[in-house]
Amino acid sequence: MTESSPPIVEMRGISLAFPGVKALQDVDFRLFPGEVHALMGENGAGKSTLIKTLTGVHTPDSGSVLLAGESVAFSSPGQAQQAGISTVYQEVNLCANLTVAENILLGREPRKFGGIDFPAMRARAAEVLARIGVHIDPASVLETHPIAVQQLVAIARAIAVDCRVLVLDEPTSSLDAGEVAELFRIMRVLRDEGVAILFVSHFLDQVYEIADRMTVLRNGTLVGEHLTKDLDRRALISAMIGRELGALEAIEDASERHSVSGPVLVRAEGLGRRGAIAPFDLDIRAGEVVGLAGLLGSGRTELARLLFGADKADSGRLIVDGTPLHLRGPRSAIAAGIAFCSEDRKGEGLVADLSIRDNLVLAMQAARGWSRPVPRKLKDQLVEKYLAALDIRPANPDALVRTLSGGNQQKVLLARWLVTEPRLLILDEPTRGIDIGAKAQIQQLVTTLAAEGTAVLFISAEMEEVVRIADRIVVLRDRHKIAELDGGSTIDQVVELIAGDPVPEEVAS
Amino acid sequence: MTALTTRLPSRFLPVLATVVLFALTFGVGSVRYEGFASGQVIANLFIDNAFLIVLAVGMTFVILSGGIDLSVGSVVALSTMVTAAGLRAGWPVPLVIIAVLVIGSTLGLLMGLVIHKFDIQPFIVTLAGMFLARGLCFLISVESVSIKDTTFRSVATAVIELPGGVTITYNVVIAVLVVLAALYVLHRTRFGRATYAVGGNEQSALLMGLPTARVKVGVYVISGFCSALAGLLFSLYMLSGYGLHAVGMELDAIAAVVIGGTLLAGGVGYVLGSLTGVLVLGTIQTLISFQGTLSSWWTKIVIGALLLVFIAVQRGMIRGRRRQGAVAA
Repeated sequence: MTESSPPIVEMRGISLAFPGVKALQDVDFRLFPGEVHALMGENGAGKSTLIKTLTGVHTPDSGSVLLAGESVAFSSPGQAQQAGISTVYQEVNLCANLTVAENILLGREPRKFGGIDFPAMRARAAEVLARIGVHIDPASVLETHPIAVQQLVAIARAIAVDCRVLVLDEPTSSLDAGEVAELFRIMRVLRDEGVAILFVSHFLDQVYEIADRMTVLRNGTLVGEHLTKDLDRRALISAMIGRELGALEAIEDASERHSVSGPVLVRAEGLGRRGAIAPFDLDIRAGEVVGLAGLLGSGRTELARLLFGADKADSGRLIVDGTPLHLRGPRSAIAAGIAFCSEDRKGEGLVADLSIRDNLVLAMQAARGWSRPVPRKLKDQLVEKYLAALDIRPANPDALVRTLSGGNQQKVLLARWLVTEPRLLILDEPTRGIDIGAKAQIQQLVTTLAAEGTAVLFISAEMEEVVRIADRIVVLRDRHKIAELDGGSTIDQVVELIAGDPVPEEVAS
Repeated sequence: MTALTTRLPSRFLPVLATVVLFALTFGVGSVRYEGFASGQVIANLFIDNAFLIVLAVGMTFVILSGGIDLSVGSVVALSTMVTAAGLRAGWPVPLVIIAVLVIGSTLGLLMGLVIHKFDIQPFIVTLAGMFLARGLCFLISVESVSIKDTTFRSVATAVIELPGGVTITYNVVIAVLVVLAALYVLHRTRFGRATYAVGGNEQSALLMGLPTARVKVGVYVISGFCSALAGLLFSLYMLSGYGLHAVGMELDAIAAVVIGGTLLAGGVGYVLGSLTGVLVLGTIQTLISFQGTLSSWWTKIVIGALLLVFIAVQRGMIRGRRRQGAVAA
């Protein structure tokens, strides 16, 4: 990370426009060998676009890319890889149907007599895995491993070639704390070997732990490049969101807790499903925000899916408005006014090839039935209302959802459910992988909705968020509901419960 | 999770099911009909279905990559037509063979290029190819053209004696060679592994720097080549060329591949599964002919029922896999 050595990557005056969106405008970027360089910015700031320009997925409209001082123009990720630029994307971009060894070495398999030499391939894969301290069977099929391991396999693939630049685009969003520590250990090993690492993460703690230098982008333009030690968090956040921190704090203040004594809207009695979540009782009142806290795999999503009828409960019953409701599937849940915003927004929530408008109208049309088309005027009104209310950018109803950033996609998904005016809104990790500004907006929206009488079940891996926003916190551990805390609780209390002795009967309040 | 449990046998399950199915149908035949369980009946399975085996091999490539090729039946018909018309015009046999193979591969290449360059559904493009090839047959002749060339006829009728008095034709040799070549390409070459990768997740394959374009176009060239070769084998079998030959054979090929355990979504499947799939179809046909009183349409009914069952099994597998993924996430 010495300035004396010349940068390995230098991007100068990069501009790139997509239909209707100026993704990058005159952005400069440099990366030095042996440093971890964090690329910071809100969703839609242009981080992913800049990375894809570097790795040959996009070709810039203007500007130049220099690798080790020489001008390069990659037209495919394959070319960038050959030049020593390897990328690990946020979603694991591997082929789950093939073996671990193949995923590491696909496209550069060792060959013997013209055919692939499988024993040599497995040996080489094991070698690479050992270099980053991962011990799994190279001959096992990738999809049999958890996502976190798949992510490490993706990194193994990235370093299996002579890699000079390693790009990690939000590699930590699906990892738990221990796995992140493991990843950072690997990153430090590679950095000390002289690899230049470009790192993108929304977790500020992680960035401050690992990054030597950071570049901040906002709305497709460069804000600045700083050494990590020269830029404190407040300054970084204001640089990223371009507004004073006071504004952010005001938003947070608005989401003050209040105790709710409205009628019970949804009640679960001994609801459970074997292998997913042990039978639990739960009341959700109108106008109440109930937070679900628990570690990855504690049964948070499974609980929500039962309430929504996405999975069938094999015990207990669900009571809505005092009458038992037999959920045959999501359709009957939707009819009862329950909405579920899935954590997998790409796979389960949105239709990426339709416009924002069409995505919004979709859920409403489903509720009305096919024989009653939604009038154009009503559509426009609705779309305008939610574009403004959720600050979706670009504020162009005809923009394809595919072209939006993660945070904005999340907002569209949220808007789509709001259009149907649900009485219970289940939000599964609505703020995962999105930036602080959008996070605050979504939190504020949740508070507003609750004030208007909507019940919200809020699921998040970030305890802070749950504690801040929820009127009541339900704590899950190992697929059991172990406690219910009121809104005044602290993170420490929640963490203590989750980390506590496995005596689920001792329940607080 | 130990290394042992991570090697799920579930991906081999459909292929295993097919092998068991083949053993069952053949077993039923052997018990019920005298003379069914003979080497020659098995050899006849290969002789009568050699062209379908070759066709299914080409189709396996396409389906593994996540595509579909509806044109293969028509290309078989076109190939028989070109063969018969060429021989009638006095072309030497090697020239006819080369011409047929070049035409089939070129058609595949064109369809592959259209699918890739314009990003159009393979279903539509190969449907167009199917009409095109069928139409071209009638451009050559609307009548059936019989093959009288002596060299060709001698190859068609030549038999190879195997130990045990079982005889096979050269068709069988070619079909087996094609299966072996496909095994090698799919499992031992980068092209083959890239085919699996593209079928598993095309976007990932692209980002991993694999030559997805070459794979996506290549599988249709292979399928076109296999269709042309199957057309030659069909000419040897029928000794005629006709525009109405092999109507619906593309569906038989797809049925064989699916019954053989290849996922229609791509990425999972084996050539040997497809071979077994063809043999299952053949056995059902043989059973019905041994039975004697049933109409041959019963074959279609049984195939239809089998397809339904196999697709349901695949669906279950995919769902199971997704659930596993959800728990892991």
